[in-house]
Amino acid sequence: MTATRRDFLKIAAAAGGGLLLGFNWAESEAATTVVNAAGAAAAPGVGFNSYLSISPQGIITILSPNPEVGQGIKTAFPIIVAEELDADWTKVVVEQAPLDTKKFERQVAGGSGSIPHSWERLRKAGATARQMLTEAAAKRWNVPAAECTTDKGYVLHTASKRKLSYGELATEASQLAVPASVKLKDPNDFKLIGTTIKNVDNPKILTGKPLFGLDFYREGMLFAMIQRPAFGYKLKSVDSAAVKAMSGIVDVVTYDNNVAVVGKSTWQVKKAKDALKIEWEKADNLESSTDHDRLFKELLDKKEATVRRKDGDVDAAFKSAAKVVSAEFQCPFLPHSPLEPMNFFAHVRPDGVELVGPTQTPELARNETAKLLGISPDKVTVQLTRMGGGFGRRLKADYVIEAVQVSKLVNAPVKLIWTREDDMTGGSYRPAVRYRFEAALDAQGNMVGYKLRGVGINSGNSTREDNFPAGAVENLLIDSVEHKSPITTGAWRAPITNFLAFAEQSFLDEVAQAAGKDPVQFRLDLLAKAKQKPTGAIKYDIDRMRGVIELAAEKAQWGKKKGVSQGFSVYFSHRSYVAQIGEVVMKQGKPVLQKVYAAADCGVVINQSGARQQITGCIVDGIGHAMYGNLTFKDGVPEQKNYDTYRLIRLSEIPQVEVHFVQNTIDPTGLGEPALPPAGAAVANAIFKATGKRLRNQPFVEEDVFKGVS
Amino acid sequence: MSLFKLKINGRDYQADVDPDTPLLWVLRDNFGLVGTKYGCGIAQCGACTVHLNGEAVRSCVMPVSAIGTGKVTTIEGLSKDGTHPVQQAWNEVDVPQCGYCQAGQIMTAAALLKRTPKPTMEQIDATMTGNLCRCGTYHRIREAVKVASTKGVK
Repeated sequence: MTATRRDFLKIAAAAGGGLLLGFNWAESEAATTVVNAAGAAAAPGVGFNSYLSISPQGIITILSPNPEVGQGIKTAFPIIVAEELDADWTKVVVEQAPLDTKKFERQVAGGSGSIPHSWERLRKAGATARQMLTEAAAKRWNVPAAECTTDKGYVLHTASKRKLSYGELATEASQLAVPASVKLKDPNDFKLIGTTIKNVDNPKILTGKPLFGLDFYREGMLFAMIQRPAFGYKLKSVDSAAVKAMSGIVDVVTYDNNVAVVGKSTWQVKKAKDALKIEWEKADNLESSTDHDRLFKELLDKKEATVRRKDGDVDAAFKSAAKVVSAEFQCPFLPHSPLEPMNFFAHVRPDGVELVGPTQTPELARNETAKLLGISPDKVTVQLTRMGGGFGRRLKADYVIEAVQVSKLVNAPVKLIWTREDDMTGGSYRPAVRYRFEAALDAQGNMVGYKLRGVGINSGNSTREDNFPAGAVENLLIDSVEHKSPITTGAWRAPITNFLAFAEQSFLDEVAQAAGKDPVQFRLDLLAKAKQKPTGAIKYDIDRMRGVIELAAEKAQWGKKKGVSQGFSVYFSHRSYVAQIGEVVMKQGKPVLQKVYAAADCGVVINQSGARQQITGCIVDGIGHAMYGNLTFKDGVPEQKNYDTYRLIRLSEIPQVEVHFVQNTIDPTGLGEPALPPAGAAVANAIFKATGKRLRNQPFVEEDVFKGVS
Repeated sequence: MSLFKLKINGRDYQADVDPDTPLLWVLRDNFGLVGTKYGCGIAQCGACTVHLNGEAVRSCVMPVSAIGTGKVTTIEGLSKDGTHPVQQAWNEVDVPQCGYCQAGQIMTAAALLKRTPKPTMEQIDATMTGNLCRCGTYHRIREAVKVASTKGVK
């Protein structure tokens, strides 16, 4: 795999590249020759644009520029190109493109943004090549191009019963002028998009071929691990004499407050790292989770806060309210804990830097490397490996920079590896946050006032002030307070909304209950009000949100089932809409989550298999972390360091999941995150229905209702 | 450092390593058999699962010095060309999301089906719950084990 990519790099570089420049990708002159991955049997293909080349044998090589972190982009992107190309999917070979900011834009895996960003670009890439192939065939046959059609890798002239394969036409087609504009398919005519297509990397994943960053080895490379300070500490001294004498250890180097052990094998380096004698000293506040619990309460009562949205007059609304409902919700820090820990290969040479590994943001990795070394970014190459999960952790380039630092210090190619313990103690966590909600109801049970304050640790804005129910309440105040801490935080799958959605949707359930209304009808009434009499800006699509609510309610037979307790939740995030209904039964006096229904509107579904797994996986992830996830601190030191004390959901703990999509032809949006935020509240609201007890803090497993349940 | 001779996937290998080196790292660093993954290093996640004399074991806590003449099978040796019934079932059900844990899942499932060709749902759950999947592909793992059980695992 690596050899193929390297060959591609060489050939692409030799051919000059530069085919894709933003939207003008099609205005290219020279064709780029690429070697496709079908092996020796396939001859080099001719390039049509940055994404696509076709060999004389008809093998279609599609480059996928975005990092693959498990979101399925390496399968979804090529499907879109192949659809508009009318390619035979069995002839498609997919290759991961390296970082190439001249050819591609936004080579990022994050924010569920890849599909919406690239949808039109990818369609045009396929459609342009299809049009050029059609014109080449028409020319050969001397017939008007309009009389020709395409299907599964062939151009057809039905009137004369002739056909030519794309492979036969590739060379001459690639020499034609690139059309200035192309006609895209009517979504109703899609043949490939919307079907069930398997992960293109399955053959390699299922046979254990090298694919991931940790699988990258280079002759002569050294292995490195780093001991980093806990939060609020700095390095005082290190005694590395004994460690340097250990077998396989090449060097122990320090930089900033880090101690790096470099050696000839992973195990020898791990043993040496564990044997280091390091003295740390206090450099900042040493915070504990118990301090945070106290701090949150102070911040919730603080006079000064950053106002995020203010509609109407909340004070008046609460003064004249017939009823006021309030509740507070709190979540702990969470590590991302992708199963493949952080790692990266770096080789700092006098003439440039080679980087290989798992990153959601290769361009950031390149730019930070260039900045650190004071060199031009074009001296840094980045090859992307498949990632063993990321969940936002690999949006940061800190671990890439560590590899660069160590390679530079020891003047050798280095693979930097984090142990699981490093991963859990190394920072960049989902921030711990607490919310206070207040709602004012009038005598008819209408919510006429709404207040939300979010307080969090290095959380930035812990609210999403324009989310539902904003727009549906006349008097609304949303503000936030942030506490700065030495404990580092970062984007964690569905940043902020991964817990905020639980809090909001649980609170709305409480308000509906106080108003004596059905929770689903309560939300539908609010949406109707937002539609008829909107307050302020509305940044969600009311009809699409209503659509998923109604679809979920229909599929789960909301309110009509006997013997199960249902809980409802709906959320708009990352441009997609997802409603969920959890179903709980009582067994031996304890609530058991049996099933979750999900109804999603992400526009056009590109791949049924990938899309359904993203929804199901998000629900498992959302429930798992709501139930069990808990990272606590004692004097700046994380108290959980591995999966023996930090609990992840396991196979025997999952509910059934049933996924439904709203069918439409709206341009597709991403699915890497949007089904996670609503999961926690669908469960908690069902548990309330079953037990009469509200779950307001995560992890649920430590709440009374689960006490004694293993 | 000592010289260890190992029988892996029907082939002879040897490595000069510290005796306490876990089999996992010998497979990866010394033999280039990188299909076996590191996830936790403390036998909690199952990503490193291989077969030792046909039984599923966690290679991250198995010192190379404890293997002796035992026969090791890794994901690379489960079949010549990815046609083991469990690998086929995994593809049919399209189990992988990120894919990192799947070699360990497959090795655990293959050992289960060898011992218990027609496992009940409870047996599948009890066995497979030992392997973590951070992406949450558990539904498909469960389904794929069932599919594989109809294909006749030897």
